[in-house]
Amino acid sequence: MPSCLSEVAKLNRKVQPRGLTCPTTWGPDMSHDHRSEDHSELAEMDLHVRALRTVLEQKGYIDPAALDVLIDTYETRIGPRNGARVVARAWVDPGFRKWLLEDATAAIASLGYAGRQGEHMVAVENTESRHNLIVCTLCSCYPWPVLGLPPTWYKSAPYRARAVKDPRGVLADFGVILPASTEIRVWDSTAEVRYLVVPRRPAGSDGLSEAQLAALVTRDSMIGTGVPKPPESAL
Amino acid sequence: MTYQSHADIGGQDGFGRVIPEGEDELFHAAWERQALALTLAMGATGAWNLDMSRSARETLPDHPALTYYQIRIKALERLLIERGLVGADEIAAGRMLHPARPGLPVLRAGDVPAVLARGSPTLRPATVPARFAVGEPVRLRAAAVAHHTRLPGYARGKTGHIDQLRGVHVFADAHSQGLGEQPCWLYTVVFSARELWGSDAAPSDSVSIDAWEPYLEPVS
Repeated sequence: MPSCLSEVAKLNRKVQPRGLTCPTTWGPDMSHDHRSEDHSELAEMDLHVRALRTVLEQKGYIDPAALDVLIDTYETRIGPRNGARVVARAWVDPGFRKWLLEDATAAIASLGYAGRQGEHMVAVENTESRHNLIVCTLCSCYPWPVLGLPPTWYKSAPYRARAVKDPRGVLADFGVILPASTEIRVWDSTAEVRYLVVPRRPAGSDGLSEAQLAALVTRDSMIGTGVPKPPESAL
Repeated sequence: MTYQSHADIGGQDGFGRVIPEGEDELFHAAWERQALALTLAMGATGAWNLDMSRSARETLPDHPALTYYQIRIKALERLLIERGLVGADEIAAGRMLHPARPGLPVLRAGDVPAVLARGSPTLRPATVPARFAVGEPVRLRAAAVAHHTRLPGYARGKTGHIDQLRGVHVFADAHSQGLGEQPCWLYTVVFSARELWGSDAAPSDSVSIDAWEPYLEPVS
């Protein structure tokens, strides 16, 4: 199925052989499913976004160097290893654990992680009897300073629709099966509070260092769709 | 005029299974990096607030057919055009055709770390006491509203109880409409899964939302 974008872009290219001209703005009549497009749609989106960037640059609304810093920040500096260090610290330091559960924003900031989409943090701890799962059904709210950019599945309709109604089915999609007796608490991030799950420390991890423990903490375990890796994987 | 969010899908059936993804898969195309950066950089100009951008995204008519970054780009264009910062003709042409609006604060590369570290806190000083206390039963407003809201459809008209007080926060409903911050108390309200989904739900499972005080009614 061709998309309007592709068609318009082809027309545009006829009159603008350099191919940098952008197709017209997307209108409300543009209801095709772009996810079903082949690789040509990638090229169209690439052109479209490049053209928008050109307009914004020419108008002086953006500093191109700032774009590079933003991308580098979320590709290399802010990601789930931050959250893993928070969790590992909570596992080894009872005082930090208590602080994290009482005032997560301050406790997390003490490790250097704060700011955009983590302004108001709450940590929720998994126990033998209770498992926590985080979702944002209304958009894709996610604790960026500790987990980085949200994964595609977290932003997807299947996860956002099902996590609140069928959390056990969602967990099964991740290969996580909990006992029927485990209470599941789903936290829908509908305001500006952002949640971080503190998963259970794996059995048999007593001898590991804090850094080795952090390596066991997966991104998904801090959202509640996974569990930490077994201690053997750190050795 | 009615307001329809296409993003409020919590509890709806028929979307299929969730497909997990590795931690290293941050972007699936080069343009997605640019989409992220453009959205963040333009958001930092303050030409609109986060609630306005959420409203612009969720009301895109073809929202269900678009990917996350397509939604971001399309809503960004909409906000730029609505505010007169960019013309639709400029987006179509891929170059500037009209003078820029002067005085828009531009996010500079050197300021990015500080801007990200500061974020946009929504907590405000409390000027009135909270109406509800922890443990108190509450009912969520049943009626739909004709503007952006953060009360998910699945919780409307349902009864839960106050789990936590989260302080006084900028009220998204007002903020998204350009009506100022109108801060009010925010609560975590917890519902039993059975209250939301019926008797087939696991008896011990529960779901919470974060709800501003205007969403809540006392249960007599």
